Parts: sequence; C-alpha cells; structure tokens
Amino acid sequence: MKKIAIIDYGVGNLRSVYRGLERAGADATITADPEVIASADGIVLPGVGAFREGMEMLGDLKATVLASSREVPLLGICLGMQMLMDSSEEHGNHRGLALVPGEVKRFPAVPGMKVPHMGWNTIRIEAADPLFDGFPPESYVYFVHSFYASTTPEHTLTSTEYICPFASSIRNATTYGVQFHPEKSGAVGLRLLENFIDLIC
Amino acid sequence: MVLTKRIIPCLDLKDGRVVKGTNFLNLRDAGDPVELAQRYNEQGADEVVFLDITASKEQRGTIIDVVQRAADQLFLPLTVGGGIRALDDMQQILRAGADKVSINTSAVQDPTLISRGAERFGTQCIVVAMDVRRNFELSPERNIVGLPDGRECWYEVVIYGGSKPTGIDAIAWAEEAESRGAGEILLTSMETDGTKNGFDIPITSAISGRVGIPVIASGGVGTLDHFYDGFTAGRADACLAASVFHYGEFTVHQVKEHLATRGIPVRL
Repeated sequence: MKKIAIIDYGVGNLRSVYRGLERAGADATITADPEVIASADGIVLPGVGAFREGMEMLGDLKATVLASSREVPLLGICLGMQMLMDSSEEHGNHRGLALVPGEVKRFPAVPGMKVPHMGWNTIRIEAADPLFDGFPPESYVYFVHSFYASTTPEHTLTSTEYICPFASSIRNATTYGVQFHPEKSGAVGLRLLENFIDLIC
Repeated sequence: MVLTKRIIPCLDLKDGRVVKGTNFLNLRDAGDPVELAQRYNEQGADEVVFLDITASKEQRGTIIDVVQRAADQLFLPLTVGGGIRALDDMQQILRAGADKVSINTSAVQDPTLISRGAERFGTQCIVVAMDVRRNFELSPERNIVGLPDGRECWYEVVIYGGSKPTGIDAIAWAEEAESRGAGEILLTSMETDGTKNGFDIPITSAISGRVGIPVIASGGVGTLDHFYDGFTAGRADACLAASVFHYGEFTVHQVKEHLATRGIPVRL
C-alpha cells in the first residue's frame, strides 16, 4: 500500500482528507514528523485559512516539504495549493514555497459578486493529465476561497471561471495543486484522490 | 461555467437523533442523522447542516460523534451549529470533520467571537446565523424595508430561538458580521418560518444586496417555486430547508430539476 503523509501544521479539517485517501486505497498518516514525511511515497499539503499564517505554521517543515517534493508526488489542496506558488498578496506580500511559478491574487471587487467563491463550480480540463484520468471535459467540484492562483498556461491543468478565469488545478513536474476540495467533492473528488495515488510508482 | 446555487437540507438533532420525522426512513424513532444525510447526499444536496438543539455541554460528545461519522462517509461540506460559545467548541467541531461552524445567540452576546473565530480558523469557517422579525415601530436610524403590501418596517434580530428581541437592526448586524470576518450569513425570518408561504423575500434581498458574502435563505419554504423566488427576488446564494425534505414532500433532486427548468444554475 502506498504511504501518503498528510502534513499536519495545525490548520483545518484533516479528517476528510484522511478518510478520502484511505477510501481511495492509500495508507494515509496525518503527521508533522519530518522523518515520516521523508519516507512517504506521496505528500498531501492541505489547508484552509490565511496564507501568511499557513506559511508561518508550516515553519520548519518547509525544508522537509521542499526536499520531498523533488523525490515524490505532492498534492496541495486549497491554501495548500496557494502555498506552492511564488508569492501571495493576501494581507501584504508573502513568499510561498515557489514550487509552481506564479502568484496568488485577490478576486477583484465586482458589484453583486460575492467573495468568498463558495460552492460548486465546474473545472474545465485544459491539458490531459493522469490526475484527471477518466474525467469528462467539465465536472462540478466544491470551492471555498477568496484568493486565486495566477500562473502560466503551461502550468494550468484545469480552469474555472468566477469573476475572472483562474487556474483551478496546477502542475509543475510532480508537484500538483488543486484550488477546490476533492475531499468535499463527492465521487468526483474521490476519483481525483485515487488518480493521485495511481501517479505514485 | 458559473457558480451554482446551493440547496442545503438542515437536520435538527436532539441527543444525537434527528428530531423531525421522515417519510422515507421507516424508523421507529426519528432517525439516524448520518443515514439521513447520506440519503440527501444521494439526492444531490450541495451541503448539509446539522443543528444541535440540545446544545448542552453534556451532549457535546454526541454531536462530535455524529460529525465524525458523517465526515467519514459523506465527502460533502458539513456545517454544524448549536451551543457553540467558544473557540474551543469550534476547534472540536472542525477537528471532528466539519467545514464550517454556525453561531447565532453567542455571536450577538459577544461579537468578538466572530472575529476571533475567523482569525483562528479562517473566515470561510464562520457562518453567522441570524433570526429576524419585523418591527413596525419606525425610527430614522433604522434600515427601513418596504413590504409587498406597501407597509414599511425594520427587521430586528431575535435570539434564544426567536424568543428574545435584541433591539439590533438586522441589516446593520449583517454588515457588522461581515466586517468582523463572517464568511456567510444564514438568515431565518421568524415571520415566515414554519408557514410554508415562502421565504421572507424583502429582508433576504435587502441583506444580500448589502453584504459581499454569501447569504443562505431559510424559513418558510413550501413549494418548488419558493426556492426559485429565494434565488431570484430574494437574491440568495443558497436555500436551506428542513421539513419539506424530512417529510418527503420533495427530494433535493426534484427541487434542483425544477430550478434548472426555470434557468437557475444548479449542480445536477
């Protein structure tokens, strides 16, 4: 069974990610232990909340995540995806892990458009990728976020439109990020977690 | 490609069981909340709300157990409300697998609970639930809302399940909740709750137009078109209902199909 380390840096609801990975057939562990993370076959970086607090709470685990990302597949979810980017403009300007080029921006204010972008919206597949194996061209997934990742088309796997078009899934080498919550997106989300596990050789 | 409108069934829990009866679960007592939530999930519910109406400290363990079992099976957004008075309560419920916590009376009594919760867990976690009632004693400092019959009133926030008026203007309170970091407002009107005459459109539309965060309409739905009205005239981002689903009057799927034929974007 493939060992997946879910990085526990003190934020959010990790239980659903854990159960989702378990359901998808992985041996998942919620951990903050650098040794456990280093020996995993794959890493999930979850997260909800604010960017700067997230990076601060990740703290010393940053180096572990960066080292592991060169060895094994990594999946960032929601804030976990945003932290993969170079920087974020949430409450100032803050540096991210710089594993995927680009920056995190706030949705522009448009009258009548609510922020956070909260609820079910579609992802459109922009580039064929094993992470979306078996997916139709468009699927509904669950989003909750006020900031979005801006990256280049070559790093964009799926796009979504809310106020403006944005990258809802990104990739650089074996580092993946999804802005939505696969662990809250029913059968579609579980399929994505299965695909992530299948990516791991 | 647009953000769809959400349909949210709400389950009232007492001692860990669903309080209202159901037609489609032929159980001797009111029913297991996780089983019922699973049924709504299969019908296409976009989220599920658990409201703990026991809400005593002694029952805290019961609701935690329900949330854990639901989160282990559903893979759907879960909101939990009832009896949440402190950051520790929020932490326990979120760790059990909930995505959002809903606070009502405790937020009115101590508005800093909203800001402290949002800072610690993120604004997307904090739903401010507000119960409101019409007040016809007009004065200039109130936000006056016109009713369809031509009368004018302001809406007053009520607490303790609608039993205690607070003197607080509902529109001003919604704006304060937003500025303190609420991620969403769950609005229940005491005028329409339980009537099956439809949501309270004037206040739903007024609040939705004044805040930049999503508003969930609640209270009074009786027909399929009431959901349509909630999203159009009421400008709601989501509609919540309990009894019409519990008593099997219609399924979540039927509601969404009806909305789709009338041009409302829904996830089918």
